[in-house]
Amino acid sequence: MEDGLSIQFTVNGRSHTLKVAVHHTLLDVLRDDLGLTGTKECCLVGECGACTVMVNGRIVDSCLMLAVEADGTEIRTVEGLASDRRLSPLQQAFLDRGAVQCGFCTPGQLMAAHALLSANSHPNLGDVQEGLAGNLCRCGCYLQIADAVLSVAEGEVR
Amino acid sequence: MQTFVYERPTTLAEAVALLDTHGSDARVLAGGTDLVIRLRDGSARPAIVIDVKRIPEMCPTIRERDGIVTIGATTVMTDLAANETVRRHFGALAEAAAVVGSVQIRNRATVAGNICNASPAADTAPPLLVYGAVVVAAGPGGTRRIPMDDFFVRSGVTTLAPSELVVAIEIPVPVGRTRAAHVRRTRRRGHDLASVTLCCSVDEKGLTRLAYGSVGPRPVLVTDESGVLADPAAPDEAKAAIFERMFAGASPSKRSMRAGPEYRLAMLRVLGSRAVRAAIERLAESRQVEA
Repeated sequence: MEDGLSIQFTVNGRSHTLKVAVHHTLLDVLRDDLGLTGTKECCLVGECGACTVMVNGRIVDSCLMLAVEADGTEIRTVEGLASDRRLSPLQQAFLDRGAVQCGFCTPGQLMAAHALLSANSHPNLGDVQEGLAGNLCRCGCYLQIADAVLSVAEGEVR
Repeated sequence: MQTFVYERPTTLAEAVALLDTHGSDARVLAGGTDLVIRLRDGSARPAIVIDVKRIPEMCPTIRERDGIVTIGATTVMTDLAANETVRRHFGALAEAAAVVGSVQIRNRATVAGNICNASPAADTAPPLLVYGAVVVAAGPGGTRRIPMDDFFVRSGVTTLAPSELVVAIEIPVPVGRTRAAHVRRTRRRGHDLASVTLCCSVDEKGLTRLAYGSVGPRPVLVTDESGVLADPAAPDEAKAAIFERMFAGASPSKRSMRAGPEYRLAMLRVLGSRAVRAAIERLAESRQVEA
C-alpha cells in the first residue's frame, strides 16, 4: 500500500473516488485534489482550527487527519453550508454581526459553530466559547463571532 | 511530509505481526493528533504507519463487566468525557478528557494515544493513575496487563515493547465510596497544554490517592494512608507536611516554555489543596444524596 491508495468518500453530498498519496492529509486532498479551497491551511499543528471540517458529523482539524483515514466517511466543508445560492443563517449572522474581518479563520469558525449548534441549539456564551476554543481569530473578532452564533441560536436571523 | 507505507490491518494478529517485523521503524496511528504533527515536522520518520482503527479488539467501546470497565484503545476523548459509565465511576477521568485540546482534537485524540505518547502533561494520566487503571497490551507472545504506574518511563517512552500495542485500558470499579477531582493550570483558558495537571481521590476509609503531571519527566502517583488529607477538619499545617512529602517527586524542567519550575511547584501545592477539597466535598455530597 505504498504511495497511492484509492479512497471513496462523500464531500458535501457528492461521492468521490480518488487515488490519494498516503502521506497527504485530508486538508491537502480537499484543497489540492478537489479544489475546495474554503478550508484553510494555517498552523498545521491543530491549534488554530482554520482547517476545521466535519467528518461523520464531528468537527476535526483536517491538517491532522491523513486523507486515507477519511476513506468511507462523509465530509462537510464550509462550501457545504450554503444551499440554493443562499447563505445559511449562521453565515448570514457572521456578515450581519461583523464577525468577519480578514476572513481567513471564518470557514473554520463557521464549521465549529455549525457543529456546536447542531449538538446544542440553545448554547450560552460559555458553551460558544468552549465550542469555538479550537479556532483562533487573529483579527480579534471573538466578541462578534460569539454574538453571531448566539444570534442564530436565539433565532434573530432568518 | 515524507512518505511511508500505510497499513490498515483488520485483525489484531496482523497488527502485531507488522509491529514485530518492523519494530521501531513502525508507528501506530490512532487519532493522529500527535503522530501527524511529528510526521510533518520530521521528528518521526517511520518506514511504516499502522492505522489501528479497523481492529475490532481496539474498537471505541466502553463496557462494564465483573467490576471492571474496559475502554477500547481507539475511544476518543469526546466519547470518554460523555460516557455515562465513566462519568458515574470515574468522574475525574471524564473531567480530564473534557479539557484535552479543543473540540476538534477531542473528536480525534484517543485515550490510548494519550498514554502511549507519554507526554508528562497528558491530562488523562493522573486520573488513570489515581483510579488504578491497567493497560492491556498485545504482543507476539500474547496479551499482558501493565499497571498504569509501571507504564510511564519518561516523555515519549513507555514500558511497551516495540512489538506491543495497547488494545484497551481497564479500570476497576471502586469497591467502597470514592470521589475524585481533576484540576489543571494552563496559560490561557480554552485550548492549551497543562502547566500542571493533577487528580486526587479520597475514599470513606480516609485513603487519599493523588497523581500529578507536567512537573517532571513522567506523571507521579502518591498516596496518603494517614487519613489526614481526607479529613476535612485536619489543620492546614498537618496537610502541608503531607503535601511536601507527596510533591517531593516533582522536578519541573527549566527549559519548558509553558511555565518556570518555581511557578509549577507553587501551583502544584495550590492545585493539590483544591483537588483534595473538591474530592472531599464530592464524597460528602454523595453521602447526602444517598441519605
